[in-house]
Amino acid sequence: MIQDFLFQAFAASAILGAVIMVTRRNPVSAVIFLVGVFFATSGMFLMLDAHYIAAINVILYGGAIMVLFLFVLMLLNLGHADWRDLRGPVGGLVGGSISIAFLGVLTRLFVGGADARPVVEIAGGALREAAAEQGVVGVVARPLFQEYVIVLEVTGVLLLVAIVGTILLARGERT
Amino acid sequence: MNPVAGGAFALATVGKVVLFFTVLMLAVMLATIFERKVCGFMQDRSGPNRVGPWGLLQVIADGIKNLLKEETMPEQAVRPFFLLAPVLAILPATILFAVIPFASPLPTPWGLVEMIVADVPIGFLYVLAIGSIGVYGVAMGGWASGSKYSLLGGLRGSAQMVSYEVALALSLVPLILLTGDVRAPEIVSMQQTFTAGPATYATWFVFPLLVGLFFFFVSGLAETNRLPFDLPEAEAELITGYHTEYSAMKFSMFMIGEFAHVITVAALVTVFFLGGWDIPFWQGDNIRVLSDGTVIGEPTWWKTLLTLGAFGLKTSLLVLVFVWIRWTLPRFRYDQLMDLGWKFMLEAVTVYILVIAFVILGIEAVGIPAGGWYAFVLFLVNLALAGALFFAMDRGTLIRGGAKGARSAGGDAAQGQGG
Repeated sequence: MIQDFLFQAFAASAILGAVIMVTRRNPVSAVIFLVGVFFATSGMFLMLDAHYIAAINVILYGGAIMVLFLFVLMLLNLGHADWRDLRGPVGGLVGGSISIAFLGVLTRLFVGGADARPVVEIAGGALREAAAEQGVVGVVARPLFQEYVIVLEVTGVLLLVAIVGTILLARGERT
Repeated sequence: MNPVAGGAFALATVGKVVLFFTVLMLAVMLATIFERKVCGFMQDRSGPNRVGPWGLLQVIADGIKNLLKEETMPEQAVRPFFLLAPVLAILPATILFAVIPFASPLPTPWGLVEMIVADVPIGFLYVLAIGSIGVYGVAMGGWASGSKYSLLGGLRGSAQMVSYEVALALSLVPLILLTGDVRAPEIVSMQQTFTAGPATYATWFVFPLLVGLFFFFVSGLAETNRLPFDLPEAEAELITGYHTEYSAMKFSMFMIGEFAHVITVAALVTVFFLGGWDIPFWQGDNIRVLSDGTVIGEPTWWKTLLTLGAFGLKTSLLVLVFVWIRWTLPRFRYDQLMDLGWKFMLEAVTVYILVIAFVILGIEAVGIPAGGWYAFVLFLVNLALAGALFFAMDRGTLIRGGAKGARSAGGDAAQGQGG
Protein backbone atom coordinates (compact mmCIF):
# COMPACT_ATOMS: atom_id res chain seq x y z
CA MET A 1 0.00 0.00 0.00
CA ILE A 2 2.73 2.41 0.97
CA GLN A 3 4.50 1.44 -2.24
CA ASP A 4 1.46 2.38 -4.29
CA PHE A 5 1.14 5.64 -2.46
CA LEU A 6 4.81 6.50 -2.97
CA PHE A 7 4.67 5.62 -6.64
CA GLN A 8 1.61 7.76 -7.20
CA ALA A 9 3.18 10.64 -5.30
CA PHE A 10 6.38 10.45 -7.36
CA ALA A 11 4.49 10.01 -10.63
CA ALA A 12 2.14 12.88 -9.89
CA SER A 13 4.98 15.23 -8.94
CA ALA A 14 6.96 14.22 -12.02
CA ILE A 15 4.04 14.95 -14.35
CA LEU A 16 3.10 18.12 -12.51
CA GLY A 17 6.69 19.37 -12.53
CA ALA A 18 7.05 18.59 -16.24
CA VAL A 19 3.83 20.42 -17.09
CA ILE A 20 4.84 23.45 -15.05
CA MET A 21 8.30 23.36 -16.55
CA VAL A 22 7.17 23.49 -20.18
CA THR A 23 4.61 26.20 -19.54
CA ARG A 24 6.99 28.68 -17.87
CA ARG A 25 8.34 31.60 -19.80
CA ASN A 26 11.00 32.31 -17.19
CA PRO A 27 13.92 29.94 -17.93
CA VAL A 28 15.12 29.78 -14.33
CA SER A 29 11.76 28.52 -13.07
CA ALA A 30 11.79 25.97 -15.87
CA VAL A 31 15.20 24.72 -14.74
CA ILE A 32 14.11 24.46 -11.12
CA PHE A 33 10.99 22.49 -11.98
CA LEU A 34 13.00 20.23 -14.26
CA VAL A 35 15.27 19.46 -11.30
CA GLY A 36 12.10 18.55 -9.41
CA VAL A 37 11.17 16.17 -12.22
CA PHE A 38 14.59 14.52 -11.99
CA PHE A 39 14.11 13.97 -8.29
CA ALA A 40 10.69 12.43 -8.82
CA THR A 41 12.00 10.09 -11.51
CA SER A 42 14.90 9.16 -9.22
CA GLY A 43 12.32 8.24 -6.61
CA MET A 44 10.64 5.95 -9.12
CA PHE A 45 13.98 4.39 -10.06
CA LEU A 46 14.53 3.67 -6.36
CA MET A 47 11.18 1.93 -6.18
CA LEU A 48 12.23 -0.23 -9.13
CA ASP A 49 15.34 -1.28 -7.14
CA ALA A 50 17.53 0.63 -9.60
CA HIS A 51 19.45 2.41 -6.86
CA TYR A 52 22.51 3.18 -8.94
CA ILE A 53 20.51 4.76 -11.76
CA ALA A 54 18.60 6.83 -9.22
CA ALA A 55 21.82 8.15 -7.70
CA ILE A 56 23.46 8.85 -11.04
CA ASN A 57 20.30 10.57 -12.27
CA VAL A 58 20.55 13.04 -9.40
CA ILE A 59 24.34 13.42 -9.54
CA LEU A 60 24.61 14.01 -13.28
CA TYR A 61 21.33 15.59 -14.29
CA GLY A 62 20.21 17.22 -11.08
CA GLY A 63 23.58 18.20 -9.74
CA ALA A 64 25.76 18.89 -12.76
CA ILE A 65 23.89 19.49 -16.02
CA MET A 66 21.07 21.52 -14.54
CA VAL A 67 23.54 23.56 -12.49
CA LEU A 68 25.37 24.38 -15.72
CA PHE A 69 22.05 25.44 -17.28
CA LEU A 70 21.34 27.62 -14.29
CA PHE A 71 24.85 28.98 -14.43
CA VAL A 72 24.50 30.02 -18.07
CA LEU A 73 21.10 31.58 -17.43
CA MET A 74 22.53 33.52 -14.52
CA LEU A 75 25.57 34.56 -16.52
CA LEU A 76 23.35 35.97 -19.26
CA ASN A 77 21.14 37.35 -16.50
CA LEU A 78 18.02 36.08 -18.23
CA GLY A 79 14.65 35.40 -16.80
CA HIS A 80 13.67 38.29 -14.65
CA ALA A 81 10.13 37.99 -15.93
CA ASP A 82 7.53 37.26 -13.30
CA TRP A 83 7.78 33.59 -12.46
CA ARG A 84 4.06 32.96 -12.99
CA ASP A 85 4.44 34.03 -16.61
CA LEU A 86 3.14 31.46 -19.02
CA ARG A 87 4.43 30.89 -22.50
CA GLY A 88 2.66 32.48 -25.44
CA PRO A 89 0.23 30.69 -27.79
CA VAL A 90 2.93 29.49 -30.19
CA GLY A 91 4.88 27.79 -27.41
CA GLY A 92 1.66 26.30 -26.09
CA LEU A 93 0.75 24.95 -29.51
CA VAL A 94 4.15 23.32 -30.10
CA GLY A 95 4.35 21.94 -26.57
CA GLY A 96 0.77 20.73 -26.66
CA SER A 97 1.18 18.86 -29.94
CA ILE A 98 4.37 17.17 -28.74
CA SER A 99 2.61 16.13 -25.54
CA ILE A 100 -0.35 14.72 -27.46
CA ALA A 101 1.95 12.76 -29.77
CA PHE A 102 3.82 11.32 -26.81
CA LEU A 103 0.57 10.49 -25.05
CA GLY A 104 -0.44 8.59 -28.19
CA VAL A 105 2.75 6.51 -28.06
CA LEU A 106 2.17 5.72 -24.39
CA THR A 107 -1.43 4.81 -25.00
CA ARG A 108 -0.40 2.39 -27.74
CA LEU A 109 2.09 0.85 -25.32
CA PHE A 110 -0.53 0.18 -22.68
CA VAL A 111 -3.65 -0.48 -24.75
CA GLY A 112 -2.05 -2.13 -27.79
CA GLY A 113 -1.37 -5.86 -27.95
CA ALA A 114 1.76 -7.78 -27.03
CA ASP A 115 3.62 -6.63 -30.14
CA ALA A 116 3.52 -3.02 -28.92
CA ARG A 117 5.32 -3.85 -25.69
CA PRO A 118 9.09 -3.65 -25.26
CA VAL A 119 10.89 -6.90 -25.93
CA VAL A 120 13.01 -7.01 -22.79
CA GLU A 121 11.15 -8.07 -19.70
CA ILE A 122 12.76 -8.56 -16.31
CA ALA A 123 11.18 -10.74 -13.69
CA GLY A 124 10.01 -8.85 -10.61
CA GLY A 125 12.66 -8.77 -7.91
CA ALA A 126 15.45 -9.91 -10.26
CA LEU A 127 17.29 -6.64 -9.81
CA ARG A 128 16.96 -6.81 -6.05
CA GLU A 129 18.42 -10.31 -5.93
CA ALA A 130 21.30 -9.31 -8.18
CA ALA A 131 21.98 -6.24 -6.04
CA ALA A 132 22.01 -8.31 -2.85
CA GLU A 133 24.52 -10.62 -4.48
CA GLN A 134 27.00 -8.15 -6.00
CA GLY A 135 26.05 -4.73 -4.63
CA VAL A 136 24.14 -1.99 -6.41
CA VAL A 137 27.18 -0.73 -8.26
CA GLY A 138 28.30 -4.20 -9.31
CA VAL A 139 24.99 -4.87 -11.03
CA VAL A 140 25.73 -2.04 -13.45
CA ALA A 141 29.53 -2.16 -13.44
CA ARG A 142 30.03 -5.84 -14.21
CA PRO A 143 28.14 -6.01 -17.51
CA LEU A 144 29.48 -2.58 -18.44
CA PHE A 145 33.13 -3.44 -17.95
CA GLN A 146 33.04 -7.10 -18.93
CA GLU A 147 30.41 -7.82 -21.55
CA TYR A 148 30.13 -4.38 -23.15
CA VAL A 149 33.60 -3.01 -22.52
CA ILE A 150 34.35 -2.34 -26.20
CA VAL A 151 31.10 -0.46 -26.67
CA LEU A 152 31.80 1.53 -23.52
CA GLU A 153 35.28 2.52 -24.63
CA VAL A 154 34.13 3.44 -28.13
CA THR A 155 31.36 5.59 -26.65
CA GLY A 156 33.92 7.23 -24.40
CA VAL A 157 36.15 8.09 -27.36
CA LEU A 158 33.14 9.38 -29.27
CA LEU A 159 32.19 11.67 -26.39
CA LEU A 160 35.76 12.91 -26.11
CA VAL A 161 35.83 13.74 -29.82
CA ALA A 162 32.51 15.52 -29.43
CA ILE A 163 33.85 17.60 -26.53
CA VAL A 164 37.03 18.54 -28.37
CA GLY A 165 34.98 19.39 -31.46
CA THR A 166 32.64 21.59 -29.42
CA ILE A 167 35.52 23.51 -27.94
CA LEU A 168 37.07 23.95 -31.38
CA LEU A 169 33.80 25.23 -32.83
CA ALA A 170 33.10 27.47 -29.87
CA ARG A 171 36.50 29.14 -30.06
CA GLY A 172 35.93 29.97 -33.71
CA GLU A 173 38.60 31.13 -36.11
CA ARG A 174 41.69 32.40 -34.36
CA THR A 175 44.06 34.50 -36.37
CA MET B 1 21.01 -10.85 18.53
CA ASN B 2 19.33 -9.96 15.27
CA PRO B 3 18.94 -6.49 13.77
CA VAL B 4 15.58 -4.90 14.48
CA ALA B 5 12.83 -5.43 11.94
CA GLY B 6 9.24 -4.45 11.27
CA GLY B 7 7.52 -1.92 13.51
CA ALA B 8 10.48 -1.69 15.90
CA PHE B 9 12.68 -0.76 12.94
CA ALA B 10 10.32 2.02 11.90
CA LEU B 11 10.16 3.36 15.46
CA ALA B 12 13.93 3.17 15.87
CA THR B 13 14.42 5.02 12.59
CA VAL B 14 12.03 7.79 13.58
CA GLY B 15 13.80 8.03 16.92
CA LYS B 16 17.19 8.24 15.24
CA VAL B 17 15.99 10.92 12.82
CA VAL B 18 14.63 13.10 15.63
CA LEU B 19 17.60 12.55 17.90
CA PHE B 20 20.12 13.03 15.19
CA PHE B 21 18.61 16.19 13.79
CA THR B 22 18.60 17.68 17.29
CA VAL B 23 22.19 16.67 17.89
CA LEU B 24 23.28 18.07 14.54
CA MET B 25 21.61 21.41 15.21
CA LEU B 26 23.21 21.55 18.66
CA ALA B 27 26.55 20.70 17.09
CA VAL B 28 26.07 23.52 14.58
CA MET B 29 25.38 25.90 17.48
CA LEU B 30 28.50 24.73 19.27
CA ALA B 31 30.51 24.90 16.06
CA THR B 32 29.69 28.60 15.64
CA ILE B 33 30.88 29.47 19.15
CA PHE B 34 33.81 27.09 18.74
CA GLU B 35 34.88 28.82 15.55
CA ARG B 36 34.63 32.28 17.10
CA LYS B 37 36.56 31.18 20.16
CA VAL B 38 39.32 29.57 18.11
CA CYS B 39 39.47 32.62 15.85
CA GLY B 40 39.82 34.75 18.95
CA PHE B 41 42.58 32.53 20.28
CA MET B 42 44.46 32.62 16.97
CA GLN B 43 44.24 36.38 16.77
CA ASP B 44 45.22 36.83 20.41
CA ARG B 45 41.90 38.23 21.57
CA SER B 46 39.12 36.89 23.79
CA GLY B 47 36.36 36.19 21.32
CA PRO B 48 32.76 36.31 22.57
CA ASN B 49 32.92 36.39 26.40
CA ARG B 50 30.01 38.46 27.66
CA VAL B 51 26.94 36.21 27.54
CA GLY B 52 26.97 33.35 30.02
CA PRO B 53 30.06 31.51 31.28
CA TRP B 54 32.97 31.98 28.82
CA GLY B 55 30.50 33.50 26.39
CA LEU B 56 28.90 30.10 25.77
CA LEU B 57 25.38 31.49 25.69
CA GLN B 58 26.34 33.83 22.86
CA VAL B 59 24.87 31.38 20.33
CA ILE B 60 21.50 31.49 22.07
CA ALA B 61 21.60 35.27 22.15
CA ASP B 62 22.42 35.31 18.44
CA GLY B 63 19.61 32.87 17.72
CA ILE B 64 17.08 35.02 19.57
CA LYS B 65 18.39 38.12 17.85
CA ASN B 66 18.02 36.54 14.42
CA LEU B 67 14.50 35.35 15.19
CA LEU B 68 13.40 38.80 16.32
CA LYS B 69 15.02 40.86 13.59
CA GLU B 70 13.06 42.20 10.67
CA GLU B 71 12.87 40.04 7.57
CA THR B 72 13.60 42.22 4.59
CA MET B 73 12.40 41.56 1.08
CA PRO B 74 14.36 43.42 -1.59
CA GLU B 75 12.22 45.08 -4.23
CA GLN B 76 14.08 43.42 -7.10
CA ALA B 77 13.97 39.94 -5.58
CA VAL B 78 12.10 37.06 -7.22
CA ARG B 79 9.98 36.20 -4.24
CA PRO B 80 9.42 32.39 -4.41
CA PHE B 81 13.04 31.64 -5.21
CA PHE B 82 14.27 34.18 -2.73
CA LEU B 83 12.36 32.32 -0.03
CA LEU B 84 13.32 28.89 -1.33
CA ALA B 85 17.09 29.50 -1.42
CA PRO B 86 17.80 29.36 2.35
CA VAL B 87 15.82 26.12 2.56
CA LEU B 88 17.86 24.65 -0.28
CA ALA B 89 21.03 25.74 1.50
CA ILE B 90 20.16 24.04 4.77
CA LEU B 91 18.43 20.91 3.46
CA PRO B 92 21.23 19.02 1.65
CA ALA B 93 23.74 19.68 4.44
CA THR B 94 21.40 18.16 7.02
CA ILE B 95 20.06 15.16 5.11
CA LEU B 96 23.58 14.21 4.07
CA PHE B 97 24.09 13.02 7.61
CA ALA B 98 21.54 10.24 7.14
CA VAL B 99 24.09 7.84 5.65
CA ILE B 100 26.86 8.45 8.17
CA PRO B 101 27.35 5.70 10.78
CA PHE B 102 28.14 7.46 14.05
CA ALA B 103 28.52 4.67 16.63
CA SER B 104 28.65 0.92 17.00
CA PRO B 105 25.26 -0.88 16.90
CA LEU B 106 23.15 -0.55 20.04
CA PRO B 107 21.54 -3.69 21.49
CA THR B 108 17.96 -3.19 22.65
CA PRO B 109 15.34 -5.69 23.87
CA TRP B 110 13.77 -5.57 20.39
CA GLY B 111 16.96 -6.29 18.50
CA LEU B 112 20.16 -4.64 17.37
CA VAL B 113 19.79 -1.01 16.30
CA GLU B 114 22.43 0.15 13.85
CA MET B 115 23.57 3.67 14.63
CA ILE B 116 22.98 5.07 11.18
CA VAL B 117 19.78 6.77 10.11
CA ALA B 118 19.52 5.13 6.69
CA ASP B 119 21.86 2.41 5.55
CA VAL B 120 21.06 2.93 1.87
CA PRO B 121 22.64 0.51 -0.60
CA ILE B 122 24.06 3.35 -2.70
CA GLY B 123 26.11 4.53 0.28
CA PHE B 124 28.35 7.40 -0.61
CA LEU B 125 26.77 7.82 -4.04
CA TYR B 126 23.97 9.29 -1.97
CA VAL B 127 26.51 11.65 -0.45
CA LEU B 128 27.64 12.75 -3.90
CA ALA B 129 24.05 13.08 -5.13
CA ILE B 130 22.84 15.19 -2.22
CA GLY B 131 26.11 17.10 -2.09
CA SER B 132 25.71 18.02 -5.73
CA ILE B 133 22.36 19.71 -5.14
CA GLY B 134 23.83 21.87 -2.37
CA VAL B 135 24.86 24.35 -5.05
CA TYR B 136 21.23 25.32 -5.75
CA GLY B 137 20.95 27.21 -2.48
CA VAL B 138 23.95 29.35 -3.40
CA ALA B 139 23.03 29.80 -7.05
CA MET B 140 19.39 30.54 -6.42
CA GLY B 141 20.04 32.84 -3.49
CA GLY B 142 22.43 34.82 -5.65
CA TRP B 143 20.14 35.01 -8.61
CA ALA B 144 16.85 35.62 -6.83
CA SER B 145 18.14 38.50 -4.71
CA GLY B 146 18.14 40.78 -7.73
CA SER B 147 21.43 42.37 -6.70
CA LYS B 148 24.68 42.49 -8.64
CA TYR B 149 26.80 41.45 -5.67
CA SER B 150 24.58 38.51 -4.93
CA LEU B 151 24.52 37.46 -8.56
CA LEU B 152 28.30 37.52 -8.77
CA GLY B 153 28.53 35.52 -5.56
CA GLY B 154 26.02 32.98 -6.84
CA LEU B 155 27.87 32.67 -10.15
CA ARG B 156 31.18 32.15 -8.43
CA GLY B 157 29.64 29.68 -6.02
CA SER B 158 28.00 27.51 -8.65
CA ALA B 159 31.09 27.46 -10.90
CA GLN B 160 33.33 26.59 -7.99
CA MET B 161 31.14 23.88 -6.53
CA VAL B 162 30.58 22.20 -9.88
CA SER B 163 34.32 22.27 -10.58
CA TYR B 164 35.39 20.76 -7.29
CA GLU B 165 32.60 18.18 -7.26
CA VAL B 166 34.46 16.37 -10.02
CA ALA B 167 37.63 16.11 -7.96
CA LEU B 168 35.58 15.20 -4.88
CA ALA B 169 33.89 12.29 -6.61
CA LEU B 170 37.10 11.09 -8.26
CA SER B 171 39.06 11.21 -5.00
CA LEU B 172 36.71 8.54 -3.66
CA VAL B 173 37.37 6.12 -6.51
CA PRO B 174 40.52 4.64 -4.86
CA LEU B 175 38.34 4.01 -1.82
CA ILE B 176 35.95 1.90 -3.92
CA LEU B 177 38.91 0.09 -5.43
CA LEU B 178 40.00 -0.85 -1.93
CA THR B 179 36.66 -1.65 -0.29
CA GLY B 180 34.65 -2.92 -3.22
CA ASP B 181 31.58 -1.54 -1.48
CA VAL B 182 29.96 1.87 -1.30
CA ARG B 183 28.03 1.48 1.96
CA ALA B 184 29.42 3.59 4.79
CA PRO B 185 29.08 0.95 7.58
CA GLU B 186 30.96 -1.49 5.39
CA ILE B 187 33.70 1.10 4.80
CA VAL B 188 34.03 1.52 8.57
CA SER B 189 34.21 -2.25 9.09
CA MET B 190 36.89 -2.52 6.42
CA GLN B 191 39.12 -0.32 8.58
CA GLN B 192 38.77 -2.57 11.63
CA THR B 193 40.38 -5.87 12.50
CA PHE B 194 38.26 -9.01 12.33
CA THR B 195 39.17 -12.63 12.76
CA ALA B 196 35.89 -13.87 11.27
CA GLY B 197 33.89 -12.84 8.22
CA PRO B 198 35.19 -11.26 4.99
CA ALA B 199 38.74 -9.91 5.04
CA THR B 200 39.39 -6.33 6.14
CA TYR B 201 42.39 -4.01 6.02
CA ALA B 202 42.95 -3.65 9.78
CA THR B 203 44.03 -0.05 9.45
CA TRP B 204 42.45 3.33 8.89
CA PHE B 205 42.38 4.33 5.25
CA VAL B 206 44.34 7.46 6.04
CA PHE B 207 47.43 5.26 5.64
CA PRO B 208 46.76 3.31 2.43
CA LEU B 209 44.97 6.30 0.84
CA LEU B 210 46.88 9.25 2.23
CA VAL B 211 46.90 11.23 -1.00
CA GLY B 212 43.21 10.44 -1.55
CA LEU B 213 42.48 11.97 1.85
CA PHE B 214 44.32 15.12 0.83
CA PHE B 215 42.34 15.47 -2.40
CA PHE B 216 39.05 14.71 -0.66
CA PHE B 217 39.74 17.23 2.07
CA VAL B 218 40.72 20.01 -0.32
CA SER B 219 37.71 19.50 -2.55
CA GLY B 220 35.51 19.17 0.53
CA LEU B 221 36.86 22.50 1.70
CA ALA B 222 35.98 24.00 -1.67
CA GLU B 223 32.49 22.48 -1.50
CA THR B 224 31.79 24.11 1.85
CA ASN B 225 32.75 27.56 0.50
CA ARG B 226 35.09 28.26 3.36
CA LEU B 227 38.42 30.01 3.31
CA PRO B 228 40.61 29.76 1.29
CA PHE B 229 37.78 28.88 -1.11
CA ASP B 230 35.20 31.42 0.06
CA LEU B 231 35.14 33.40 -3.17
CA PRO B 232 31.30 33.27 -3.34
CA GLU B 233 31.15 35.43 -0.24
CA ALA B 234 34.43 37.33 -0.50
CA GLU B 235 33.58 40.25 1.74
CA ALA B 236 36.26 42.53 0.34
CA GLU B 237 34.71 42.41 -3.12
CA LEU B 238 31.11 41.28 -2.81
CA ILE B 239 29.92 42.46 0.63
CA THR B 240 28.92 38.90 1.57
CA GLY B 241 28.20 37.53 -1.86
CA TYR B 242 25.17 35.37 -2.46
CA HIS B 243 23.50 36.13 0.86
CA THR B 244 24.05 39.88 0.85
CA GLU B 245 20.33 40.62 0.63
CA TYR B 246 19.26 38.17 3.30
CA SER B 247 18.48 39.25 6.82
CA ALA B 248 17.42 37.75 10.14
CA MET B 249 16.53 34.05 10.17
CA LYS B 250 16.95 33.58 6.42
CA PHE B 251 20.56 34.71 6.76
CA SER B 252 20.85 32.45 9.78
CA MET B 253 19.67 29.51 7.71
CA PHE B 254 22.50 30.08 5.23
CA MET B 255 24.93 30.11 8.14
CA ILE B 256 23.43 26.99 9.70
CA GLY B 257 23.68 25.33 6.31
CA GLU B 258 27.32 26.28 5.99
CA PHE B 259 28.26 25.01 9.45
CA ALA B 260 26.23 21.83 8.97
CA HIS B 261 28.13 21.33 5.73
CA VAL B 262 31.45 21.76 7.54
CA ILE B 263 30.44 19.21 10.16
CA THR B 264 29.21 16.86 7.43
CA VAL B 265 32.45 17.02 5.48
CA ALA B 266 34.40 16.46 8.70
CA ALA B 267 32.20 13.45 9.48
CA LEU B 268 32.68 12.09 5.95
CA VAL B 269 36.45 12.37 6.22
CA THR B 270 36.17 10.57 9.56
CA VAL B 271 34.12 7.74 8.09
CA PHE B 272 36.08 7.32 4.87
CA PHE B 273 39.62 7.81 6.11
CA LEU B 274 39.81 7.92 9.91
CA GLY B 275 38.03 4.72 10.77
CA GLY B 276 34.60 6.18 11.50
CA TRP B 277 33.63 5.33 15.05
CA ASP B 278 36.52 2.88 15.45
CA ILE B 279 38.60 3.33 18.60
CA PRO B 280 42.29 2.80 17.75
CA PHE B 281 44.34 0.02 19.41
CA TRP B 282 41.28 -1.54 21.01
CA GLN B 283 39.72 -4.64 19.51
CA GLY B 284 36.60 -4.66 21.71
CA ASP B 285 34.73 -2.26 19.46
CA ASN B 286 35.06 -4.34 16.32
CA ILE B 287 31.40 -5.02 15.62
CA ARG B 288 30.16 -5.78 12.18
CA VAL B 289 26.70 -6.53 10.85
CA LEU B 290 26.94 -8.58 7.65
CA SER B 291 24.37 -8.15 4.92
CA ASP B 292 22.63 -11.42 5.83
CA GLY B 293 22.05 -10.19 9.41
CA THR B 294 24.87 -12.07 11.15
CA VAL B 295 26.57 -10.02 13.84
CA ILE B 296 30.30 -10.35 14.48
CA GLY B 297 31.53 -9.00 17.82
CA GLU B 298 29.67 -8.23 21.02
CA PRO B 299 27.65 -5.02 20.96
CA THR B 300 26.90 -3.41 24.32
CA TRP B 301 25.41 -0.03 25.24
CA TRP B 302 28.63 1.33 26.73
CA LYS B 303 30.56 0.45 23.58
CA THR B 304 27.99 2.47 21.64
CA LEU B 305 28.61 5.43 23.91
CA LEU B 306 32.40 5.07 23.70
CA THR B 307 32.43 4.79 19.92
CA LEU B 308 30.05 7.73 19.69
CA GLY B 309 32.57 9.69 21.72
CA ALA B 310 35.39 8.59 19.41
CA PHE B 311 33.40 9.65 16.36
CA GLY B 312 32.55 13.01 17.93
CA LEU B 313 36.16 13.60 18.89
CA LYS B 314 37.54 12.86 15.44
CA THR B 315 34.88 15.01 13.79
CA SER B 316 35.52 17.92 16.16
CA LEU B 317 39.25 17.72 15.52
CA LEU B 318 38.59 17.96 11.81
CA VAL B 319 36.29 20.94 12.37
CA LEU B 320 39.19 22.49 14.27
CA VAL B 321 41.39 21.89 11.22
CA PHE B 322 38.80 23.71 9.10
CA VAL B 323 38.94 26.73 11.40
CA TRP B 324 42.70 26.52 11.58
CA ILE B 325 43.01 26.57 7.78
CA ARG B 326 40.69 29.56 7.70
CA TRP B 327 43.22 31.69 9.57
CA THR B 328 46.30 30.18 7.97
CA LEU B 329 45.75 30.36 4.23
CA PRO B 330 44.81 33.54 2.37
CA ARG B 331 41.92 33.53 -0.09
CA PHE B 332 42.60 32.47 -3.67
CA ARG B 333 42.16 34.74 -6.61
CA TYR B 334 39.35 33.48 -8.80
CA ASP B 335 41.52 32.33 -11.70
CA GLN B 336 43.83 30.56 -9.26
CA LEU B 337 40.84 28.72 -7.82
CA MET B 338 39.69 27.56 -11.25
CA ASP B 339 43.23 26.63 -12.29
CA LEU B 340 43.68 24.57 -9.16
CA GLY B 341 40.38 22.77 -9.72
CA TRP B 342 40.56 22.04 -13.41
CA LYS B 343 44.24 22.17 -14.32
CA PHE B 344 45.72 20.54 -11.26
CA MET B 345 43.31 18.61 -9.01
CA LEU B 346 41.47 16.84 -11.83
CA GLU B 347 44.62 15.57 -13.52
CA ALA B 348 46.35 14.72 -10.27
CA VAL B 349 43.38 12.72 -9.00
CA THR B 350 43.10 10.86 -12.29
CA VAL B 351 46.78 9.95 -12.22
CA TYR B 352 46.39 8.92 -8.58
CA ILE B 353 43.48 6.61 -9.45
CA LEU B 354 45.56 5.01 -12.20
CA VAL B 355 48.57 4.50 -9.93
CA ILE B 356 46.46 3.01 -7.14
CA ALA B 357 44.65 0.75 -9.60
CA PHE B 358 47.91 -0.59 -10.99
CA VAL B 359 49.42 -1.03 -7.53
CA ILE B 360 46.35 -2.96 -6.42
CA LEU B 361 46.60 -5.06 -9.57
CA GLY B 362 50.24 -5.72 -8.77
CA ILE B 363 49.56 -6.59 -5.13
CA GLU B 364 46.88 -9.05 -6.14
CA ALA B 365 49.10 -10.54 -8.83
CA VAL B 366 51.78 -11.15 -6.19
CA GLY B 367 49.09 -12.73 -4.05
CA ILE B 368 49.03 -10.66 -0.87
CA PRO B 369 45.60 -11.13 0.74
CA ALA B 370 43.56 -8.14 1.91
CA GLY B 371 44.85 -7.12 5.31
CA GLY B 372 47.66 -5.31 7.08
CA TRP B 373 50.43 -6.06 4.55
CA TYR B 374 48.23 -5.09 1.64
CA ALA B 375 47.57 -1.75 3.32
CA PHE B 376 51.25 -1.34 4.15
CA VAL B 377 52.36 -1.67 0.52
CA LEU B 378 49.74 0.89 -0.47
CA PHE B 379 50.93 3.12 2.36
CA LEU B 380 54.49 3.08 1.05
CA VAL B 381 53.28 3.95 -2.45
CA ASN B 382 51.15 6.76 -1.01
CA LEU B 383 54.02 8.08 1.04
CA ALA B 384 56.15 8.35 -2.10
CA LEU B 385 53.28 9.95 -4.03
CA ALA B 386 52.56 12.37 -1.20
CA GLY B 387 56.22 13.37 -1.01
CA ALA B 388 56.35 14.00 -4.75
CA LEU B 389 53.01 15.83 -4.71
CA PHE B 390 53.79 18.14 -1.84
CA PHE B 391 57.27 18.86 -3.15
CA ALA B 392 55.87 19.69 -6.59
CA MET B 393 53.12 21.88 -5.11
CA ASP B 394 55.50 23.61 -2.78
CA ARG B 395 57.93 24.52 -5.56
CA GLY B 396 60.64 25.70 -3.27
CA THR B 397 58.44 27.94 -1.16
CA LEU B 398 58.53 26.28 2.21
CA ILE B 399 61.05 23.49 2.01
CA ARG B 400 63.92 25.44 0.47
CA GLY B 401 62.33 28.86 0.71
CA GLY B 402 64.34 29.98 3.69
CA ALA B 403 67.64 29.33 1.99
CA LYS B 404 66.78 31.05 -1.25
CA GLY B 405 64.90 33.97 0.19
CA ALA B 406 61.18 34.52 -0.19
CA ARG B 407 59.65 34.27 -3.62
CA SER B 408 57.68 37.12 -5.10
CA ALA B 409 54.28 37.68 -3.51
CA GLY B 410 52.33 36.89 -6.68
CA GLY B 411 52.68 33.14 -6.48
CA ASP B 412 50.12 30.87 -8.06
CA ALA B 413 47.34 28.57 -7.02
CA ALA B 414 49.25 25.48 -6.13
CA GLN B 415 51.57 27.38 -3.88
CA GLY B 416 49.05 28.25 -1.22
CA GLN B 417 47.93 24.67 -1.18
CA GLY B 418 51.27 23.24 -0.14
CA GLY B 419 50.47 22.74 3.53
